[in-house]
Amino acid sequence: MKHIKTINKANLKQSAAKGGCGRCTASCQSACKTSCTVANQKCESLDKE
Amino acid sequence: MIHKYKLNGYNIVLDVHSGGVHVVDELTYDMLDNVAPPFEDECPENVVTKLQRFYEKEDILSCYEEIKELYNEKILFSPDDYEKFAKLSVAAPVKAMCLLVAMDCNLRCDYCFAGTGDYCMGRKVMSFDVGKQALDFLLENSGTREHLEVDFFGGEPLMNWKVVKQLVEYGREREKEYNKKFRFTITTNGTLLTEDKMDFINKEMSNVVMSIDGRKEVNDRMRHRLDGSSVYDKIVPSYLELAKRRNFKDYYVRGTFTKNNLDFAEDVFHLRELGFDQISVEPVVGEATEPYAITEKDLPKVFMEYERLADMLIENDRKGKHFNFFHFMLDLDQGPCAIKRLRGCGCGNEYVAVTPDGDIYPCHQFVGMDDYRMGNILTGEFDKEMKKKFASTHIYNKEDCKNCWAKFYCSGGCNANNYEYMGDIFTSHKLSCEIEKKRLECAIMIKAAQAMGDI
Repeated sequence: MKHIKTINKANLKQSAAKGGCGRCTASCQSACKTSCTVANQKCESLDKE
Repeated sequence: MIHKYKLNGYNIVLDVHSGGVHVVDELTYDMLDNVAPPFEDECPENVVTKLQRFYEKEDILSCYEEIKELYNEKILFSPDDYEKFAKLSVAAPVKAMCLLVAMDCNLRCDYCFAGTGDYCMGRKVMSFDVGKQALDFLLENSGTREHLEVDFFGGEPLMNWKVVKQLVEYGREREKEYNKKFRFTITTNGTLLTEDKMDFINKEMSNVVMSIDGRKEVNDRMRHRLDGSSVYDKIVPSYLELAKRRNFKDYYVRGTFTKNNLDFAEDVFHLRELGFDQISVEPVVGEATEPYAITEKDLPKVFMEYERLADMLIENDRKGKHFNFFHFMLDLDQGPCAIKRLRGCGCGNEYVAVTPDGDIYPCHQFVGMDDYRMGNILTGEFDKEMKKKFASTHIYNKEDCKNCWAKFYCSGGCNANNYEYMGDIFTSHKLSCEIEKKRLECAIMIKAAQAMGDI
């Protein structure tokens, strides 16, 4: 494309179908404790593509 | 829904519901103000006329085609069809616990959300017996979850080191019976670290969070001993030694910034200069009336500082001196699934805090709030209705979140902050939202710089 460069897989919807296994870390346990960010956690699903 | 913004020379368009991130030229950026679904086959004449003042017609038409193509691929203006998943957000097994092994502290940090370490409930430490029963509770209530997270927290957990060690040993024994794995972590102020403790921590703890605010004068202003004396010179060598002994893996130096150091990027750089490469510096949590509180007036300065920090991160990356800033961490392809993003931090549902008396709260920040006491480890009382309520704190039950572009990144924010400042766990704390959105814009911009080959 000349005008637009898509920089990721945009796979959020696909992740909903297989998601929710709960293996990942609780988001408040890593380095925040006072301000929540979830998107910086890692997916640890065994089904991950 | 899309969110578009310009930062550091990049025109960025986020497609909220697919998670698609696009870097676009000026023409596309402008066109997106003028077009929206449903798309006609040809670019509408009024759009062509409007944009032709600045761009060539041929470019306008090809740009329109690209937008249409991405729309058809469902990565631009993709529909919001997540609400059905949100409705499945129900009570889940408890898999994480904040264990307040010491509701006491040997520092008197001015901004401490936990009073002076005792959560305003009186100083006490957790007995081995209470701790054991807390771990048993987690083993029993974690269903099929294999990984169980336990953070030794305080106050200052090293003030009850013997029990920390006993509990790790106990957990290691019991996990085998349940075919589970405890992931222990610890959050410390560093003053009581010794080589023995470092070695134990590095053997047993999957992460360690070391509290320090940055530059010496900044750290000492808010973080000091009871007599006001400095701890900086004591903790820095200990933190470096601890990080070195774990090969600088799985740790964070974590600081808090306040109105007193709105130039907090300097503190991040200082920590980097000291040799740390995993850094988290966060805005203070506190009443707006406190002299150190960050208020709406401070936001322009805070935003500028995050931009400066993002620039510096990019600059360091270019020089091969990468460091990690916790709130700019983002994996655009392999991050958490949408289900996790809907549910948020999991407090009161997957995550609880336990006090030395065995009392259970939704998280460490709710400790001491009578209305949010969920039960007690020793009596077996556990408020399932409250657990259900916290399970329902997903983004589609939060009015301000539903239509927010950042909803899949912050996942509804911090319920404790919402309650503390807005009086309701379902009502977003606006100031935190604004800061979070700025951090996300910076984080996505860094990804754009990487993708465009500029790093």
